[in-house]
Amino acid sequence: MKEASRRRWLSRSHINQINGMLFVAPWAIGFLAFGAYPILMSAYYSLTYYDGLRAPRFLGLGNYQELLLADRVMKQVSANTIWWVLLAVPAGIVSAFLLANLLNSRFRGRSIFRALFFVPSIVPTMVSAQIWRLVLNTNFGVINTTLVSLGWRVIPFLSKPSLAKPTLLAINCWAQGSAMVIFLAALQDVPKSLYEAATVDGASAWDRFWRITVPLCTPSAFFMLITGMIGGFQSFTFPWLLTGGGPNNATEFFSMYLYRNAFEYMKMGYASALAWILCIVVVLSSIVMFRTSDRWVFYGA
Amino acid sequence: MYGEDELASGGGARAEASLGLRCMARRVVLYLVLTLLVLTYIVPFLWMLSSSLKTDPQIDTIPPIWIPRPMRWENYPEALKYMPWGTYLFNTVVRYTVPSVIGKVVSAAIVAYGFARIPWRGRETVFFLCIATMMIPGAVTMIPMFVVYRKLGWLNTYLPMVVPAWFGSAYNIFMLRQFLRTIPEELSDAARIDGCSELGILARVIGPLMKPGLAVVALFAFVGCWSDYMGPLIYINASRDFPIALALESMAQTLGAHGALKNTMPYMMAISTLVVMPVLVLFFLAQRTFIEGIAITGLKG
Repeated sequence: MKEASRRRWLSRSHINQINGMLFVAPWAIGFLAFGAYPILMSAYYSLTYYDGLRAPRFLGLGNYQELLLADRVMKQVSANTIWWVLLAVPAGIVSAFLLANLLNSRFRGRSIFRALFFVPSIVPTMVSAQIWRLVLNTNFGVINTTLVSLGWRVIPFLSKPSLAKPTLLAINCWAQGSAMVIFLAALQDVPKSLYEAATVDGASAWDRFWRITVPLCTPSAFFMLITGMIGGFQSFTFPWLLTGGGPNNATEFFSMYLYRNAFEYMKMGYASALAWILCIVVVLSSIVMFRTSDRWVFYGA
Repeated sequence: MYGEDELASGGGARAEASLGLRCMARRVVLYLVLTLLVLTYIVPFLWMLSSSLKTDPQIDTIPPIWIPRPMRWENYPEALKYMPWGTYLFNTVVRYTVPSVIGKVVSAAIVAYGFARIPWRGRETVFFLCIATMMIPGAVTMIPMFVVYRKLGWLNTYLPMVVPAWFGSAYNIFMLRQFLRTIPEELSDAARIDGCSELGILARVIGPLMKPGLAVVALFAFVGCWSDYMGPLIYINASRDFPIALALESMAQTLGAHGALKNTMPYMMAISTLVVMPVLVLFFLAQRTFIEGIAITGLKG
């Protein structure tokens, strides 16, 4: 037996300590190599001019000055990203919640409906982008050809700047399958007895929805708001493939602008500064969300 | 949904009869609404399938053609002809997905075990740090890691994406840890008394119980790798090393260059359909696992 052969002073808790740390070591090493090191290097690069080829040239806070004061595209990009986080993320959560409520009763064919609503969220993003690019095309997309054949005017979904973001928002709501599933699980956790008691007390369906269903789902909503916000700030693949940031930078989001600066303009120092601004904003937003969560998240059940 | 409650609290035969009618009417409306919604959700994929069987001129007709006659099934083998899709499939599956999924499952299992099944000092603090890393935007580490990988000569390989997978991702670790905590301590204790090493316990006692959790990790890791666009976009430049994601995107230019300008769109839709198939099949086979996996993360999160 291994234990018997160990020296007497190596107690169970010591063994546990060593084992525990050993098991967690892969993550710890990964964190140091792929987390801590690049974060520190990124901070360093953000203070330099670095084109990726020649050695970085120290600039002090020059990059930050430029991006906060001189970069006009940055203003548009920030506005787009904030718009997205403030509007699209909650819209997605709300639409998922409404869908989940529709699917909450037991009826035949329910799992088929649930599966079909879920499919858009697991289809590879680049395929969705291809399809939507075709479907929404102003001149030969199926939506517009249908409209024209009915005698109506086309809707320039992706070619008119003011329509581009709302279009992306709608598509985002379409792909909220996983949020819907989470809400479904949360809805099923709501004790039926609460609904019965409320009905006995004379509450209408509207009351029951707003006083029981919604409050008890706020923990899940909060979780999705946080993860949605973090994801929303980094939105890249879909807008990149669908609109490429256009028209006129209407859909140029932060991560896309960052990627361009790093790999197209070869301004890696500047891009690192952008990355740090993003990091600060995300962390601050998370803190704010956690602090204000007590006011609306109901941790009762 | 609320119909059942009303039946419970209603009284009298006549009341029940009219309630029964109201219940049925409600059901019909529900089915109607759901069917309409589901159609709008699925329409893009139906259009993709329909377009994949057309010729180019049939794509943008007014009014749109939903069922092309004849259905050009030849589009599928023809579309595959112009680019080395076998190579792309090999790249995606053998070079990227398989090692990445195995790495994610194994590393998350080991690290989650360390966080959940072994008591050691500092465990919760380190775990909190692990979760906190989820908040850091990937963009921050992107540039320094690119520089490192370039120095290592890992560009145009899948190593930058596969190697980190073997060091545990916070998300998977978190999910597996929650899962592991539900397994009674006595199992581990009994095994330890029998002289089993921790690794042995993981392999023989806890491991088999973890299978549902591991299945969820594997499933999502697979879909993630299959759909990954930004990672390969940054690190893979040579077209013969492309994964399917990048190849699909570059298809329009490649087809144009080959002079195969006719039927470009249908070919792209055909390839898109093929790309979506494995994910859809996997989903319909493992629907429970997908949905339960998401529900677990959302509820305990």
